[in-house]
Amino acid sequence: MNADTVITGMGLLAPTGLGHDEHWKNVLSGASAIGPVTRFDAERYPSRLAGEVTDFVPEEHLPSRLLPQTDHMTRMALVASDWAFADAEFDPALLPEYGVGVVTAASAGGFEFGHRELQNLWGRGPEYVSAYQSFAWFYAVNTGQVSIRHGLRGPAGALVTEQAGGLDALGEARRQLRRGQPMVLTGAVDGSPCPWGWVAQLSTARMSRESDPALAYRPFDAEAAGYVPGEGGALLVLESEEAARARGARRRYGRMAGYAATFDPPPGSGRPANLARAVRAALDDAELRPEEIDVVFADASGTPEEDAVEADALRSLFGPHGVPVTAPKTMTGRLSAGGPAVDVATALLALREGVIPPTVHVSRPLPDHTLDLVTTPRRARLATALILARGHGGFNSALVVTGPR
Amino acid sequence: MNAVTNRCAVITGIGIVAPGAIGVKPFWELLVAGRTATRAITAFDPEPYRSRIAAECDFDASAEGLTPRQIRRMDRATQFAVVAAREGIEDSGIDREALDGSRIGVVIGSAVGCTTSLENEYAVVSDGGRRWLVDHTSAVPHLFDYFVPSSIAAEVAHDRIAAEGPVSLVSTGCTSGLDAVGRAADLIAEGTADVMVAGATEAPISPITVACFDAIKATSPDNDRPAEASRPFDRTRRGFVLGEGSAVFVLEEREHARRRGAEVYAEITGFASRCNAFHMTGLRPDGREMAEAIRVALATARTEPSTIDYVNAHGSGTKQNDRHETAAFKASLGEHAYRTPVSSIKSMIGHSLGAIGSLEIAACALAIRHDVVPPTANLREPDPECDLDYVPLEARSLPVDNVLTVGSGFGGFQSAMVLSGPDARGRAAA
Repeated sequence: MNADTVITGMGLLAPTGLGHDEHWKNVLSGASAIGPVTRFDAERYPSRLAGEVTDFVPEEHLPSRLLPQTDHMTRMALVASDWAFADAEFDPALLPEYGVGVVTAASAGGFEFGHRELQNLWGRGPEYVSAYQSFAWFYAVNTGQVSIRHGLRGPAGALVTEQAGGLDALGEARRQLRRGQPMVLTGAVDGSPCPWGWVAQLSTARMSRESDPALAYRPFDAEAAGYVPGEGGALLVLESEEAARARGARRRYGRMAGYAATFDPPPGSGRPANLARAVRAALDDAELRPEEIDVVFADASGTPEEDAVEADALRSLFGPHGVPVTAPKTMTGRLSAGGPAVDVATALLALREGVIPPTVHVSRPLPDHTLDLVTTPRRARLATALILARGHGGFNSALVVTGPR
Repeated sequence: MNAVTNRCAVITGIGIVAPGAIGVKPFWELLVAGRTATRAITAFDPEPYRSRIAAECDFDASAEGLTPRQIRRMDRATQFAVVAAREGIEDSGIDREALDGSRIGVVIGSAVGCTTSLENEYAVVSDGGRRWLVDHTSAVPHLFDYFVPSSIAAEVAHDRIAAEGPVSLVSTGCTSGLDAVGRAADLIAEGTADVMVAGATEAPISPITVACFDAIKATSPDNDRPAEASRPFDRTRRGFVLGEGSAVFVLEEREHARRRGAEVYAEITGFASRCNAFHMTGLRPDGREMAEAIRVALATARTEPSTIDYVNAHGSGTKQNDRHETAAFKASLGEHAYRTPVSSIKSMIGHSLGAIGSLEIAACALAIRHDVVPPTANLREPDPECDLDYVPLEARSLPVDNVLTVGSGFGGFQSAMVLSGPDARGRAAA
């Protein structure tokens, strides 16, 4: 029943690079983009590091009329959508009227914009609230703005499952393809570092308070002490193989071969986490056995308890040291829903290039995890990759990609 | 029905938190009576705002069974959803112990999530907007759950239904409530889950939401006569009236429901969404994309416009919406658009953004159950440009088996769903 779903284009803006070429070059060389926050004055907060997309100048890419009505992350999403279609060598104007859908994931919406309008309302009065607030902040904003920019009038969706959303959006997009939609633009661009969002993230006590960028985000390390947040993401062009062939698409980055999502039981219930079950279901969906997976892109929470849960899940499925595991997000920080979308893009590039990009800054991986953690670029024959993502509150998602045939 | 799996989703339980009505029974009574629940805002002092009216829920979380801890932790929207889900689960008569948690999922729709709590906490952290306090510990410890509204779906999943299958929050503006249930029905039809607790919730009556709709004059300024302020399809309509509430359903695979002898309200036979790619808040006057969503939903349901007994309209009461929608009905249903009754329950319970789509699905399921169509309240002066049968003022008894419900939202979202009652097949065969 599974008609092939292929990925034919990608638009990526990450702390590691504008565009997937620059991103790939940097992650391969282990060039971490984590550094001091520059988007606002973070001096007085206990956490002061982020993965920022520092060289993105919206004015260079977008018409000026879009700037006052968009949050920073929406501007990045609009540019990602431009790049994704260009990369797919596809002009949306050539489409059947309802041929292309859009599904994005969000986590906090255009929060920097929303924060400014809360300041206007509470500090000055209702008449100072922007006429754009009604849509610039809400979670569906990227889907709406991207659809308008490219005239995409097919099925549209927006999901929130925190980080896991970056994979769940692709799952929803594939569902649309299976219902006969030829093409869906999907993924997530997320995360605007702003003071109010910073306070919200600090409330989880999972943010790293380390001030040295080389020590702050070290998943699976004996000294793991939380995560560093970041901004950015990726939008991918998903097509049915049939539609891609019909339009003469020249490139396939790979196939989306499997996907599944599960949810954890409540904390304290005594029941086990369901990450491993998500992976098993995604493998079943892809009709692959664990030994057929060539590399795992880990969720890599960076908090010791969650790292242990992920390591246990991988051991139960693949055996001790049973599969190469990597977390290039150690170079970007965790990009909310955008992170797993970037991981899918990075995994597809790894399949194409036959190299596993490294996990950086992890100098003492905990032996108990029994992970084959890839800490320097590793050449390998790669045909399949598994990407994991977990969202705050119990969301688990797993996605399998295979290389182009 | 999924053509490959032969599976489809049916509604076996409904739970409601609505303005003027906590619970399914009072909700249906309110709708059938044509009573309006719109009033002057009491949630905060609305004096500085252009629109000072809303449809509020008289909701006592403690009386509804939430613990003090849950009340502290959960945003009002989350509280609504959890309470509605409990009623829906009980109504379905489902025995959770007999089910495999991995085959149960949750989808909740919400347009603005935990916005009320976020704003309250903003006020704390910023000292009422006077100065930004860097001390993050002045906010509640679970602030992140307000920041990322998937927490609403997580709370519902962790509550009575203990779901361990796919759980998500759908946030497509004012079509969230339709899209969430549509997604849940798809997950059942494709075989990913057997039972889904699905619906939507919203508690947006807070200063920032009121201010942002003021800024674009989308909400009604008829502050002097709140009970008559929501007037969909009326010539004198002046915008929508903000509402709040939640409707949550138990959806089951049809055979799953049949095997346990569950009473079925309706089957979700068709669903489709389209985007207008036109404007974040504006609508093309011809209703083109909504018409397409309706056509695709009807085609998925393998039915014709002539089988539709009732259309539950988006009917928000803004000038542009009601015309847009009327055009969409004519374009998709043809002559039948003039024959079938169309009504907007927003005339009574206001427009609760992401929640309203699910509240409207509930109204449709109950219309099928009771063979009664709820009215459009306050419709006294028909707009010549809206020339369909909008069931003014009084509910109407008629056989209701197939129902169409639609939604339209900021971002350009247009969604349509077809629900069919247990008798629909028999009637079609007769």
